[in-house]
Amino acid sequence: MADTAAPLEASADAAQRPGLLQKIFLHNLSAKVAALPMVVTVLVVFIGCTIWTVYYSFTNSRLLPTGKFVGFDQYERLFATSRWNVSVWNLVAYGSMSLVITLVVGFLLAVLIDQKIRFESAFRTIMLYPFALSFIVTGLVWQWIMNPTLGLQGTLRNLGWENFTFDWIANPRMVLFALLIAGLWQGTGFCMVLMLAGLRGVDEEVWKAARVDGIPTWRTYISIVLPMMRGVLITAIVILGSGIVRLYDLVVALTNGGPGISSEVPAKYVFNYMFSGGNIGQGLAGATMMLLTVLIIMIPWAYLEFGGKGKRT
Amino acid sequence: MTGTAPDAPAGTVEARGPRPKPFFTPRKIIIYSILVFFSLYYLFPLYVMIVTSMKTMPEIRFGNIFALPEAINFDAWGRAWSSACTGLTCQGLSPGFWNSVKITIPSTIVSIFIAAVNGYALVNWRFKGSEVFFSILIFGSFIPYQVMLYPLVMITRDLGIFGTLQAVIVIHTIFGMPILTLLFRNYFASLPQELFKAARVDGAGFWRIFFEIMLPMSLPIFVVALILQVTGIWNDFLFGVVFAGTQNYPMTVQLNNIVNSAQGTPEYNVNMAATVLTGLVPLVVYFVSGKWFVRGVAAGAVKG
Repeated sequence: MADTAAPLEASADAAQRPGLLQKIFLHNLSAKVAALPMVVTVLVVFIGCTIWTVYYSFTNSRLLPTGKFVGFDQYERLFATSRWNVSVWNLVAYGSMSLVITLVVGFLLAVLIDQKIRFESAFRTIMLYPFALSFIVTGLVWQWIMNPTLGLQGTLRNLGWENFTFDWIANPRMVLFALLIAGLWQGTGFCMVLMLAGLRGVDEEVWKAARVDGIPTWRTYISIVLPMMRGVLITAIVILGSGIVRLYDLVVALTNGGPGISSEVPAKYVFNYMFSGGNIGQGLAGATMMLLTVLIIMIPWAYLEFGGKGKRT
Repeated sequence: MTGTAPDAPAGTVEARGPRPKPFFTPRKIIIYSILVFFSLYYLFPLYVMIVTSMKTMPEIRFGNIFALPEAINFDAWGRAWSSACTGLTCQGLSPGFWNSVKITIPSTIVSIFIAAVNGYALVNWRFKGSEVFFSILIFGSFIPYQVMLYPLVMITRDLGIFGTLQAVIVIHTIFGMPILTLLFRNYFASLPQELFKAARVDGAGFWRIFFEIMLPMSLPIFVVALILQVTGIWNDFLFGVVFAGTQNYPMTVQLNNIVNSAQGTPEYNVNMAATVLTGLVPLVVYFVSGKWFVRGVAAGAVKG
């Protein structure tokens, strides 16, 4: 560590004062000026705005944020609102399915692509292109495909398969699966790329050793390679997890929360209360709950990543 | 490799290496069928989008989304571009396209420049506390946007830029900063330190080293950052809808308004043409950049 900042000696000598100040403020002045956008962003946006939101979630702000402190009232209302509870449940259900399937499919595809197959780059290109598209585009295409009258269902019925039913998008009990199909379409390619990078990072020697020991390939993957990819897996889980909590555009484009409130998600609840519901306090309380969820995902990761090795910087 | 091994008798070709495996082993068949199955799942929407956009409404009402259009017909594309109704006006997607261009270009340039300077300062001109700020920056990137959205609306309102393109540009710069700074920091850290030291000995200062030594060497990382930002900003919906103001809605917001503002009978061909048009820019970036895009995706996932 070539830290260019000289250690500051605690010499509060009057004569030394200017020198000390100079050391703090003028040392590497250009670097400090250059890093100013980062420092301002961290202090004002990531710390300041977050604290602001958490603080005002304890007020009775309606159309405008006001200062009247009301304790946990907003949270009590939040969890007494069926729309919020449905949103949370949807997020948990969608999120856990999406996380597990994305990881499993991503890993499976990566393993298959890693088999020295032909047309490898063509397969990779096909699997990753949806990731380049926005959630809005994704949502709208799948909305069209799942259109009950003219989409897949209508087509197959016209072709003579009269009882074929694929009305998930219009069926309150199935709509989360509709969301899942679109979400997986967009995101599994990303997971595959991560996993493939992880697989290619595993030493060739490990494979040779496993082969010599006569361990079947599938067992090598599960009990040797997968644990070796722990870092990649955790990274994928954290990225996918915090993406799921943010889930918003896809729902807006695909179902707009419907039918009824059956595909509402917290991010949408928060947005609606903040910008059109005229009840900012509720929106902020919802946002704080989202923050809490992400922290619950992040803290174990941060602990594993930095806490264990004691090199927290 | 052609020719025979040097010690082989003249006139004969000795078989060497493992016996070539037949192509259709059961294992291969399973692998390829799974891959083809998934490829169909990934390709199907693209096919449906393009095919539907070229059909006429009577053809669509006939109800076969697999069918190819009777004739290649770009009418719906023209309508989607210039006359479809977005709920407010009926100018099609073209204003949204230009808004997205006006947002994407400056946001990309500003955010990459700031991140490059940040990364450079973090690696070569460490100062007290810089690593702490950087760690918070990376952690902050996981905070859901909704948590910071309302205060940012108030700040941009106080600055007098709320509802303008500048506001969206500032917001994209802020939220692009963590990942881009990380990219540049890691890249600059991988460059040989001697270069920097030699330049310092020669008396070059902060900015001179940055512009004359570091920047020319960082073309590869610039390409990755460019791809990440262009696709990311083009695909954004949330910031556009909150900060841009109705006149400046980016293409994604207008697209959603065209399709989901149910006024009259929906014209599915126009809707799909609009969807293809909105997806075109990121798709072109994806297909042109190829490996670089993958590198960007992988880089986007590396941890601090």
